[in-house]
Amino acid sequence: MELTLKHISYSYNPDAKEPKYAVKDVSFTIREGEFCALIGHTGSGKSTLVQFLNGLMRPTEGLVLFNGENIFEKKYPLKTLRQKVGLVFQYPEHQLFEETVLKDICYGPKNMGLGKEEQIDSARRAMALVGLPESYEEKSPFELSGGEKRRVAIAGVLAMNPECLILDEPTAGLDPAGRDDILGTVRELSDKENIAVVLVSHSMDDVAVYAERLLVMNSGELVYDDTPRNVFRHYKELEKMGLSAPQVTYIAHELKKRGLDIDENVMTIAEAKAEILRIFKK
Amino acid sequence: MIRDITIGQYYDTDSVIHRLDPRVKLAFTLLYIISLFIGHGPVCYAYAAAFLVLVIVLSKVPVRFMVKGLRGMLVILIISALFNVFLVQGEIIFRWWIFSISKEGVRTAVLMVVRLVFLVIGSSLMTLTTTPNDLTDGLERSLRFLKVIRIPVHEIAMMMSIALRFIPILIEEVNKIMKAQIARGADFESGGLVKKAKAMVPLLIPLFVSAFRRASDLALAMEARCYHGGEGRTKLHPLTYQKRDFLAYAVLLLYFGGMIAMAAVLP
Repeated sequence: MELTLKHISYSYNPDAKEPKYAVKDVSFTIREGEFCALIGHTGSGKSTLVQFLNGLMRPTEGLVLFNGENIFEKKYPLKTLRQKVGLVFQYPEHQLFEETVLKDICYGPKNMGLGKEEQIDSARRAMALVGLPESYEEKSPFELSGGEKRRVAIAGVLAMNPECLILDEPTAGLDPAGRDDILGTVRELSDKENIAVVLVSHSMDDVAVYAERLLVMNSGELVYDDTPRNVFRHYKELEKMGLSAPQVTYIAHELKKRGLDIDENVMTIAEAKAEILRIFKK
Repeated sequence: MIRDITIGQYYDTDSVIHRLDPRVKLAFTLLYIISLFIGHGPVCYAYAAAFLVLVIVLSKVPVRFMVKGLRGMLVILIISALFNVFLVQGEIIFRWWIFSISKEGVRTAVLMVVRLVFLVIGSSLMTLTTTPNDLTDGLERSLRFLKVIRIPVHEIAMMMSIALRFIPILIEEVNKIMKAQIARGADFESGGLVKKAKAMVPLLIPLFVSAFRRASDLALAMEARCYHGGEGRTKLHPLTYQKRDFLAYAVLLLYFGGMIAMAAVLP
């Protein structure tokens, strides 16, 4: 699986003399099994960008290639693409509609044209992947808690067996436990099922723990495309974009300033703990 | 699809008509419609047309906006014209098979179409130049006398403005849910009527759920700010008549009087 954006731009008024760009000249490739995070301030164009990845929106300029094929070619089967590139929108629990959890998760597989048995098989598998117990199958999705509803919605996309999963702010509005739950699940999917993941977020603390690669957007442009460690070195520039490095990175910088011989590029609490213990053991 | 409907749409610009008190514009619409039914014959309609052109020019609303509103009326216009042309009895000028066209028929058909066109343009002028909020304010104020017979005028006006406010929100919501379901392989376009209607279920149920959620959130927010209906409620911008409003009333009455006189004098 390889999903490539080539010089993508999107403007609301492409015919105007000075078009206003929501996304400007963005290029990157998502490869099999990769865990990327797409980061940007509100209005930086990240939600628009992810809709190009499965052909829901058409860029005004540039190409989207899935395994080397242009997805906006006339005869290209967009429905198949949307099955392979699963997109989970913000607040996905608002799309639930069926009487039971199982039926709702079956909606995607049903649209793919699978038989009854296969639908239920893939729905059950998806439920197991997101950690929903079997006893939930016959419950109404509307009587679940917020975090559970979100799991059902994510399972609804996973049931189509995607090779790439895009999640737009999957933790918005959840409590810290729910957030760690969902992100842990997503991490597991990427590790065990070899699904490529694109996580849209604005929380650096989440991203530092989970992502292998960071794509940073600012006013529609892609400014960084690197490992989290390398991106956080630019924490001063990130602040100018309304973003920040993880909190522990700041603490490490401050400790360094006060004369402690600490690696200031630590990103997670676990790393910081190990680093501080190392210094005190010396 | 929804964007094409111009009846009830506001055109944002700054003009004398836009600045008028909404009550004046309500009176204009009402009196203008009545005047169209009082008047008969080409002279009266020329008079009504002149007045309408004057208002359109003053309102600075591009004419194509009014024409767009007429497009939805096209079928009704054609049907009423045809009925009049063929069914009105009188001096026959054309005959073919069982169809016959009379002089009076053509005359009535033309006048009927003109009357309908003026009617639509006249009333769409009000919505084009008045924001929905002003409109409900004006309605609430003008219909306040109905309170005497226990009609909850304020509550109805409040419901109207909330409903209007929610239209764009719900349209956005529809787009969002539609995209989410398309991402799950939904197909809203192909298939026959039954299949299409069935495909709407995954769209409509989440829409209803979200509409109820939003309504209950809004009710809670209003109560938290001590909203308790119209009793004793004051307004941030109470409607007050300016000089130009009285002037507009005078012009309107002059026009209306003129129309009555003309209708009485002319055969």
